[in-house]
Amino acid sequence: MNRIAGAKSDAGVPSCLPRGRTLAKSPTGIHGLDEITRGGLPTGRPTLVCGGPGSGKTLLALTFLVNGAIRFDEPGVLMTFEENADEIASDVASLGFDLPELIKAQKLAVDYVRVERSEIEETGEYDLEGLFVRLDYAIRTVGARRVVLDTIESLFAGLKNDVILRSELRRLFRWLKDQGVTAVITGERGEGSLTRQGLEEYVSDAVILLDHRVHDQVSTRRLRVVKYRGSHHGTNEYPFLINADGISVLPVSSMALEHDAPLERVSSGVARLDEMLSGQGYYRGSTILVSGTAGTGKTSLAAHFLDAACRRGERCLCFLFEESPPQLLRNMRSIGIDLEPWVAAGLLQFHADRPSRYGLETHLVTMHHVVADFKPTITVIDPVTNLMTVGTYADVQAMLTRMIDHLKTENITAMLTSLVPGQTEIERTETAISSLMDTWIVLANDEVGGRHRRGLYLLKSRGMAHSNELRHFRLTNHGLSLLDAATEPHDRSDAGDGPWEGQNRHATV
Amino acid sequence: MPSSGADSYRLRLYVAGQTPKSVLAFRNLTQICEEHLQGRYEIEIVDLLKNPQLARGDQILAVPTLVRRLPEPIKKIIGDLSNTERVLVGLDLRVRQ
Repeated sequence: MNRIAGAKSDAGVPSCLPRGRTLAKSPTGIHGLDEITRGGLPTGRPTLVCGGPGSGKTLLALTFLVNGAIRFDEPGVLMTFEENADEIASDVASLGFDLPELIKAQKLAVDYVRVERSEIEETGEYDLEGLFVRLDYAIRTVGARRVVLDTIESLFAGLKNDVILRSELRRLFRWLKDQGVTAVITGERGEGSLTRQGLEEYVSDAVILLDHRVHDQVSTRRLRVVKYRGSHHGTNEYPFLINADGISVLPVSSMALEHDAPLERVSSGVARLDEMLSGQGYYRGSTILVSGTAGTGKTSLAAHFLDAACRRGERCLCFLFEESPPQLLRNMRSIGIDLEPWVAAGLLQFHADRPSRYGLETHLVTMHHVVADFKPTITVIDPVTNLMTVGTYADVQAMLTRMIDHLKTENITAMLTSLVPGQTEIERTETAISSLMDTWIVLANDEVGGRHRRGLYLLKSRGMAHSNELRHFRLTNHGLSLLDAATEPHDRSDAGDGPWEGQNRHATV
Repeated sequence: MPSSGADSYRLRLYVAGQTPKSVLAFRNLTQICEEHLQGRYEIEIVDLLKNPQLARGDQILAVPTLVRRLPEPIKKIIGDLSNTERVLVGLDLRVRQ
């Protein structure tokens, strides 16, 4: 499906490739990785996958192999140097990979190569033809199109003669190419080099680097395509996750700015707010940020949005990072919005998690999965700012970009609420995400005569003639009620010099 | 040269075709055996090009590989066996220095 027909003979000389033609690729079937590599690993060539211990090398390689056998009708050979077939099978059984069954069905051959230096005496010249014979035999047994060598560097610990070993490895990788099999070779990350034994010197068609690091006690896994000869590829570090479903690499869709820009509008759920949004509400598929300090009515605005969508029969997903679903339901009932029937009807689904429970990439993947499962047209994240506690600024920005991108691609209208610590900091704390937003609603309280007044205004709303008024509102027992600016005689007596003006001036949009 | 008895040596030499290295290894091996194990050894040659499925059982990686199947434990010596001293150590016929 992802394979792109291309002239194999041309592929070795990328500079001669005609524009638009790419080399043949073999999909890994790994969510995200095939997007980054624009189709998969180079067909008929070896790819080096390197990373530190526990970085997921073996799992990535095995997933490539198993997906090949099951989904792409490409049988595979696993030559393992570290674990025997039983150990490997039990390692991946939890991911739903049934290796014994695949072996029985002749879709997979596993050969465990054990080298124990202490058991071997070396005397004189030798070569590794035995290894070639085994690999060749395994390939022919199942008619393999894919081969994984995990981790061939173990040979360096087992054999003393480095010179022979290196020249044999060079021969092996060339031989693999001659066989036309798509190979994944794993290698342990070395000091100052991609692999301990410099395998990158021999395998130079494609190199994928995996990384597992812990920052502020939160672990994140990342993947980077270091090299991909003759092909375009995403060059960023992409977070990836290993969970019960195997490996997922994110993003799935942020390679290009290619979202549709639908003209359809969706109501905010507050008639007067719709009026401010050129009379019709938000754009379908756009992203709306609602920011404000604590208790300014962000969640209430989101609840209106959800309620209105459910009334239209739309499916809504709500990620909660602060309140539990029962808390939210109770609080919204107090302003006359009863979301419970929508939950019961299956139109509204809550997904509550503590931000600190996982690393950022886990949240991102989880959200992707939930969105994919539930297929909402509306998604609310409340509050998105709580996620900022689990990663660095850059990480959070990258993650949100990917999430928002994904939602846009799916034409899902998203509302993100943002808790601002203090009024003066509104713009600074929002810069991580504000540029991604199509509509930005700012909520704030001001104080007049010892009384708090709630207010909102539209800091921006792309692609529409929106109101630039500051409007006060009340939270009543029948919802959020915007006051009429014209009939508010004392409104903005200090016009032009109030806190609102200052905010507008410095806003980074 | 069939042999029996507690101290008989059953040796298997894995090769991949008739290469100069395998021919040399076989010649070196018979020489060593004649000299040190006369009358109590048995050599079996396995050509992996003809029987590739046999490589796995004895964990053959390099060729030539000499496997001492008996007496136990199994011992492996890889290479053309040109260093007699090393071969003797590998076969437990001489104590490692």
